[in-house]
Amino acid sequence: MTSTYAVLSEGLEKRFGEVHALRGLDLAVAPGTVCGILGSNGAGKTTAVRLLTTLLRPDAGSARVAGHDLVREPEAVRRAIAVTGQYASVDGDLTGRQNLRLFARLHRVRGPAERAAELLDRFGLTESADRPASTYSGGMRRRLDLAASLIRRPEILFLDEPTTGLDPASRNLIWDAVRDLTADGTTVLLTTQYLEEADQLAHDIALVAKGRVAHTGSPSQLKALIGAHVEIVVADADVLAKAAGVLDQLTGAEPSFDHVRNSVGAVTRDTTLTLPRLVRELDAAGVPLLDASIRPPTLDDVFLRLTKEVAA
Amino acid sequence: MSMLAHDGTAMLGRQLQRIRNTPGLLILTQTMPITMLLFFGYVFGSALAMPGEEYRSFLVPGLLVATAANGIMTGMFQAAQDVHRGVTDRLRTLPINRAAVPLGQSVADVMVTAAGMVPFLLVGLAVGWRVEKSPLQAVGALGLLLLFRFATTWIGIFLGLLTRSEEAAGQLGGATFILPLLSNAYIPTEGLPGWLRTLAEWNPISAVTTALRDLFGNAPVPEGAAWPVAHPIAGSLMWCAVLLAVFAPLAVRRYAHGEG
Ligand SMILES: Nc1ncnc2c1ncn2[C@@H]1O[C@H](COP(=O)(O)OP(=O)(O)OP(=O)(O)O)[C@@H](O)[C@H]1O
Ligand SMILES: [Mg+2]
Repeated sequence: MTSTYAVLSEGLEKRFGEVHALRGLDLAVAPGTVCGILGSNGAGKTTAVRLLTTLLRPDAGSARVAGHDLVREPEAVRRAIAVTGQYASVDGDLTGRQNLRLFARLHRVRGPAERAAELLDRFGLTESADRPASTYSGGMRRRLDLAASLIRRPEILFLDEPTTGLDPASRNLIWDAVRDLTADGTTVLLTTQYLEEADQLAHDIALVAKGRVAHTGSPSQLKALIGAHVEIVVADADVLAKAAGVLDQLTGAEPSFDHVRNSVGAVTRDTTLTLPRLVRELDAAGVPLLDASIRPPTLDDVFLRLTKEVAA
Repeated sequence: MSMLAHDGTAMLGRQLQRIRNTPGLLILTQTMPITMLLFFGYVFGSALAMPGEEYRSFLVPGLLVATAANGIMTGMFQAAQDVHRGVTDRLRTLPINRAAVPLGQSVADVMVTAAGMVPFLLVGLAVGWRVEKSPLQAVGALGLLLLFRFATTWIGIFLGLLTRSEEAAGQLGGATFILPLLSNAYIPTEGLPGWLRTLAEWNPISAVTTALRDLFGNAPVPEGAAWPVAHPIAGSLMWCAVLLAVFAPLAVRRYAHGEG
C-alpha cells in the first residue's frame, strides 16, 4: 500500500542513553505542503529530522518517507529527499563553487559546473564563490548549505532551523526558495524557533514537546485553540463591574481586571464576537466606553501557552 | 560497481581539491620524515656500530614505512574532521554508494603519499641511499609501501568514525609515533632482548620495512627472525590483507550506520 502522505510516522522513539529524546512521534505531512515543527530547545526536533532522513535509526516505531519505509528502504528514501541540517554541513576547505560541483557530481547532474553557477547566483554567492567556505559568514554558509540541498529538486526537503541567525534579506531569500519549491510540488518539513516563520510558510504546524507531537493544526486553527484577547477600557472605576458583567455574558470567560488602566479583559474562542457587536452590547448596557479591542492571538501566545500546558 | 567508481572518483577529487586549497598541512607532514632522516641519520648514525652511510641507507626504508604508518593518524583525523563539520552527515543523506566516501578518502591519501615520497627519496639519494637491485624490484617495493599505506588509512578512517573527535585523533597521533619505535624501522631488532624482539618482529611495520630493504638491496633479511620478517614480502602482503579485511568492512559499516 502506498501512503498518501509525503511523511507519515507512527510512534517513533529514540533514546540517547538516559535521554528519551523522542517518545512516540506521530506525524503526517500531506504532499506539496509545508509542515512546520515547532518546539522549545531540546523538544526533539533535530532528532526527528535525523531519524526521518535516515541519519539515525529509530529504537521503536515506523515511518514512511515518500512512500518508502525508513528502515527497510533507506536508499529509496535518500533518493527522494534533501536535507539541510541545523548546523552547517559544507566542506570548509573547499570553495563554495567546489562544494556545489561536488554535490552536483554526486547527484549525477548533467553539467555540474553550470548547475553550481546557477545556484551560486540564485543565493547571492557568486562574488564569494571562489573563496574557501570556511571564510564565509554564518549566513553565507547557511545559504550555501541550502543551495547544496537544491542541486536537484527533491520530492521532500527537510530544513532544520533554516533561518536561525540570518539577516532579513537572507531570510527572505530562503523563504522565497521554500515557496518556489512548494509551488513546484515539493513537500517541505521545517523546524523553527521563529513563530513568524511558521506563520508565513507553514500550512500545518506540529507542536513538539518532550519528544511527542502535542498539537497539530494550521496556524489559524492553533490560534483558535487559544482564542482572542478582548479588552475594554472604561471612563471610571465604578462601571468596571458592569463592563465585566457584559463581558462575562458575551464570553463566559473569567474576566481579569486592570485597575490602573480601568480596564477589564477576557479570552474568548468565540469567533462570532466582533468589535461592532462588542461595542453595541456595551453601549446598550450603558457602559461609558473609552476603548475596546479584540486582539487575535499570535503564534507566540500559542507556543507559550501550549508548551506550558505540556510542561504542567 | 560503476556507481562506486563514479562516487569514489568524485570523493577522490574532493580530497585532492582540499589538499590543493590548504597545502600547509601537507608540506608539514612531508618535511617531517626528511627532518628525521637528517637528524637520525647524522646524530644516531654517529653513535651506532654501523658506519654512517650504511645506517642512512638502512634508515631510508624504515622512515618510508614509519611515515606510511601515519596513515592511521591522517585517516583518523580527516574522518573525524568530516564528522565534526557535518560533511559526513550530508554525504550520508545522499543516495551514493556506502563505500564511496571512505574509498575516495583512502585512495586520495595513497596518491598524496606517493607524491610525498619523491622529495624524501631525493634527500635519501643525497645522503647516500641507493637502489642496489633492479628497477623492477624498486617499483615493487614502492607498490608494497603504498599498499601498506592504503591499509593503515582504513584503520584510521574506522577510528575516526568511531571516536568522532579531532582531539582524539591528535592524541592518537602522538601514540602512533611509538609504533615504529617498536619495530626494526630505526634500529636492527637482532640486539633486542628475546620477548621484545618477537614483539617488534610481529609489528607489521617490521615486515614491510624488511621487504623494502630487501627489494631495494639496502640490507639483507635478518637471520632467525619471526616469520613475517623472515619472509618479508609474503609477510607484508599477509599483514596488508589482514588489516584491510578487518578494517575496511568495519569502516564502511561504521560510516553507513553513523552514531546509531
Ligand atoms: N547524540 C546525542 N546524544 C545524547 N543526547 C542527545 C543527542 N542528540 C540529542 N540528544 C538529546 O535529545 C534531546 C532532544 O534533542 P534535539 O536536538 O532533538 O532537540 P531540538 O528540539 O532540536 O532542540 P534545539 O531547539 O535546541 O535545536 C535533548 O535532550 C538532547 O540533549
Ligand atoms: Mg535542533
